Order: sequence, then C-alpha cells, then structure tokens
Amino acid sequence: MEHIKELLYKMADDLLILGHRNSEWTGLGPILEEDIAFSSMAQDKIGHAQALFQILFELGEAEPDTNAFMREAKQFHNSQLVELPNDDYDFSSVRHFLFDHADQIRFNMLSESSFEPLAKVARKIKGEIKYHVFHADIWLVKLGNGTEESKARMQSALNMAWNYALGIFEEGDYELQLQSENIFAGEKELQKRWLEAINPIIEKANLKIPAESDWNPILGGRKGYHTEYLDQLVNEMSEVFRIEPNTEW
Amino acid sequence: MYGNAYIDPNEKPKSIIDGEDPIKLADFEARIARGEKIEPKDWMPREYRKQLIRMIEQHAHSEIIGALPEGTWITRAPGFKRKLALMAKVQDEVGHAQLLYSAAETLGKSREAMINDLITGKSKYSNVFNYPAYTWADACVIAWLIDAGAIINQVANAKGSYGPYGRALDRICTEESFHLKYGHDNVVTLATGTPVQRKMVQEALTRWWPPIMHFFGPSDKISNHTEILMRWKVKMATNDDMRQQFLNMYVPKIWDLGLTVPDANLKKNEETGLWNYTEPDWDEFKRVINGGGPCNAERLAVRRMAEEKGRWVRAALLNKSEKYVTPLA
Repeated sequence: MEHIKELLYKMADDLLILGHRNSEWTGLGPILEEDIAFSSMAQDKIGHAQALFQILFELGEAEPDTNAFMREAKQFHNSQLVELPNDDYDFSSVRHFLFDHADQIRFNMLSESSFEPLAKVARKIKGEIKYHVFHADIWLVKLGNGTEESKARMQSALNMAWNYALGIFEEGDYELQLQSENIFAGEKELQKRWLEAINPIIEKANLKIPAESDWNPILGGRKGYHTEYLDQLVNEMSEVFRIEPNTEW
Repeated sequence: MYGNAYIDPNEKPKSIIDGEDPIKLADFEARIARGEKIEPKDWMPREYRKQLIRMIEQHAHSEIIGALPEGTWITRAPGFKRKLALMAKVQDEVGHAQLLYSAAETLGKSREAMINDLITGKSKYSNVFNYPAYTWADACVIAWLIDAGAIINQVANAKGSYGPYGRALDRICTEESFHLKYGHDNVVTLATGTPVQRKMVQEALTRWWPPIMHFFGPSDKISNHTEILMRWKVKMATNDDMRQQFLNMYVPKIWDLGLTVPDANLKKNEETGLWNYTEPDWDEFKRVINGGGPCNAERLAVRRMAEEKGRWVRAALLNKSEKYVTPLA
C-alpha cells in the first residue's frame, strides 16, 4: 500500500496547501467577483484534500484532521509551487492556471484507476475542477491580451512559476508499480498531457512558455524539502488546532 | 452583516421634503402606504434616494470590511469542518456586498464611486469591525452574535419600501440564518469544551459585548426627520427597539451556555418586558466611528491596498467600447 499512500499524500497536500493559499484572497481580490471565485475554489480544493485524507485514513493513516493539522512542514509532500505566497494576482492566477490543468488531467486519469476508492473520488472531483480550469483559462487569455502592463505581468509571472510548475511532476519511488498495477499512468505521462493542454491556451493569451533550454524543474517538495514559506503556512494553519489537539473545536 | 438608516444628529432641522412636488410626493406616499414597492425608475423624493444610497452603501461596505476580521481566522481555523464552513461564511459576506452594491447602483451611484468613498473615509461601515478579533473564539462570537444582530436589523429592513434592497435582503437573510447556526454551533462547542476553550470564549464575549451593544446605534432622536423616514419605510424600526429584541432573544441563550454577560445591570423587567442595561458608552462609539477605534486605520489600509493592487487587473478588464448600464436588481 505504500505506493498508493505516496500518491495520495502528494495529491492531498497539494490541494490542502493551494486551497489554503486561495483562501488568503478572501476580502482582498481585485474585484469582488474574484474574491468570491477564489473562495469557491479554495473550498473545493480543501474539500478534495479532505476526501483524499479520508482514503488515507481508511488505509491506516491518522484521521484527516490530525493528519492535516499535526504534521510539520518537512512531513508535507506538496510541490513547492503551491506553497509560494500569493504575491499579486498575476502570480496567483498563473499558478492557478498551471496547477489546475495538471490537477484536472490527473483526476481524469485517476477516474479509471484500478484502485476503486480513488477512482470513485476522482470521478466526482473532475466535474468540479472543470470549472476551475474554465476560470483559469478565461483570466489568462483576458489578462494576456489586456493592457501592456497586464501582459507584461502575466508573462513574468509565467516565467517565474514555470520551473516550479515542472516540479509538480517530480517522480516518486513507486512510479513503475503504480503503472503496472494500473493505478496511475505516471508523472511523465501526466506532464506530457499537461503540456498539450496548456500550450494552445497560452498561445491564445499571447504569452510564451520559457524556452526548453531554460527548463529546470524545482524538485524536492514530494520528498519533504520545502521553502521557508511552508513552515510559516503550516504554523499558522495549525495554530488553534494545536492548542488542544485532542479535543473537538 | 449590517445596515440601518442613520440620522446625523447635526443635520440641519430644515424639513427633508422642502422643494418636492406636493402632488408627486402625495402619490409616492400613498403607494408606500398601500404596501407597494418603489422601483429604480419610479419617481422618488431626493432625500429618499439619498438615505437609501447611504444605507445600502454602508451596509455593503460593512460586508467587505467585516470579511477582514473573520477572514484572518480562515487560515487558522481548527480542522477541516471549521475551515470549510468559515470560508463559505465569509464568501457569503462578500457575495452580500456584491448584491448590495448592485442594489445601491440602481439608485445612481456606481460601485467604483462607493468603494472610493469607503477608502477615502467619506462613507462609513459598521463600527463593530473597528475592533480586533484576537482569538478564534472572537471569530465565533462575531459569527453568532454580530450576525444575530444583523439578522434582526435586516429582517426589519427587508420589509422596507425600496424593491431592490428588500429583495437583496431577503436573499441575504436566508444565508445569514445559516451563519447564525454556524456561529452558535461554534460557541456551544467552546462553551461546553475544555477549560481552555471555555476561558477563550468567555473572554471573547466580554471583549465583544460593548461593540455588540453599540451595534444598533444610539437611541434615535424622535424628530420630524425620523418620522418621515419611517413613513417612507426607509427606517423600519428604532435602534432601541432592535436592541431590545436582540437582548430578548439572545441573553437567555448566552446564559444557558453558562457564560457571563459583563453587565451587572442586565435584567429583564417582567412588567414592561424590556431589558434594563448599563447605558453603552456613546462617547466611545462616536470616537470609534470617527476613526479613533483600534482597527479603523488598519481596516481601511488593507482595503486601500487591495484596491491599489487590483487596479491593473481592473484596467485590463475595461473595454472602452462598452457602455455603463445601471443594473436592475
């Protein structure tokens, strides 16, 4: 079961941490409608994380709250992309675009997984992520074709986020086993499909993917190596829960 | 989360209907007396429009500023259930702002102009949000009791004469009733929890009681002005009536939880059915509403920062060939 747990942990942690970051836009969006949109996506992401932590619990791991709120940053398996601070709306929306396309394809692939509990959750979740991807695409195209400033901002956000986004596809120790058991077709396949999906949208947005010679995936997140930002995030997230970890809140 | 007509005590005593066409005014008042709603394109007295814009705008501002003290606890909410619920709740509040700005826009003031008046300090928002939410328990007390106060206020205002505001409030009240349940559930959990949790929630209640008593505003001066606004169904209940209604509904519930309200004089007079309480400190209220509260500067600075940081996004969305159309709420 270690191979399935590894897969579930990295997905659950990505979703929890990005959901947390999305929720930080509450009250601060560039327009009210975006405030509301990021809040909706945050709720979905955190709800998806919870569903995956529930499967982990059924596989013998700690119950979801304890698992999510009592680990230290170095025990998290999320990619570094999702833990970076929100910064301005340009970075947040580019990250949202890059991550959610990968997330949608991952759940699409998993909806046919031989591991039925995950396949079942994936079939439900993929219907929701569709809207996250719609949202991301609309904004990328809109801002990429907006003013000189918005175009420049989006391009530099894309340049900045790119190598972090490649870190989403960091391979784990069980890639072959997951593939041979038809649980998950693997990070390489996911990355390939992801590039096919995002390319036309980026083109439509009049933006450019960094030259392939500059691709240098930022790895380590899946193995517990993180930026200092995750430490701050985890401390903040668990501040109240840890006052009385064994009680109901 | 909030909204009530506010009669400026320094307003000149000149009648608010001076200069209005008496025939149109009589017709307008007859419609309201018959229980009809006034719609955006209908004739209305100047002061009716002015008061409604002020009220709805303040209400909308209160929703987005109110999202800040609660919003800071989203990232610290203990456990999945609370985190998801608080996100949904605060999201609702921002959605209420969206509805209310649209309702106010039907009266001729744009959302941009309203937000501009907010961040320059020209228009107000509910005073309670100028106080800090120090602990998780503060966020719980706000969700229960401030939202309870807001519901009393909004249920009254929903019966007002202006159609778009009433319809927005009907929707808002439905959502607020869930907030109330959410807040109550949180407070019950803390009040029946461990000694640490009980201490947290008692301290939060003690901190929030004075702002809660201020929430409905000072006693209304009985004036000709108030009378006309009540006849026009802009102002639906007096501040004191709403405060009494709140005390009557919630003090017994607070006591049931074994919590102490920090007012030794709080007691229901069984003969009159009215609650006696220590008169809130209205000088403090005025000081805070005029910018002297613990969080006024911070709240506006955050809002200003959000506006500044979002400017390039809004500029990119602007399509100069599109014409502004007032929404029909």
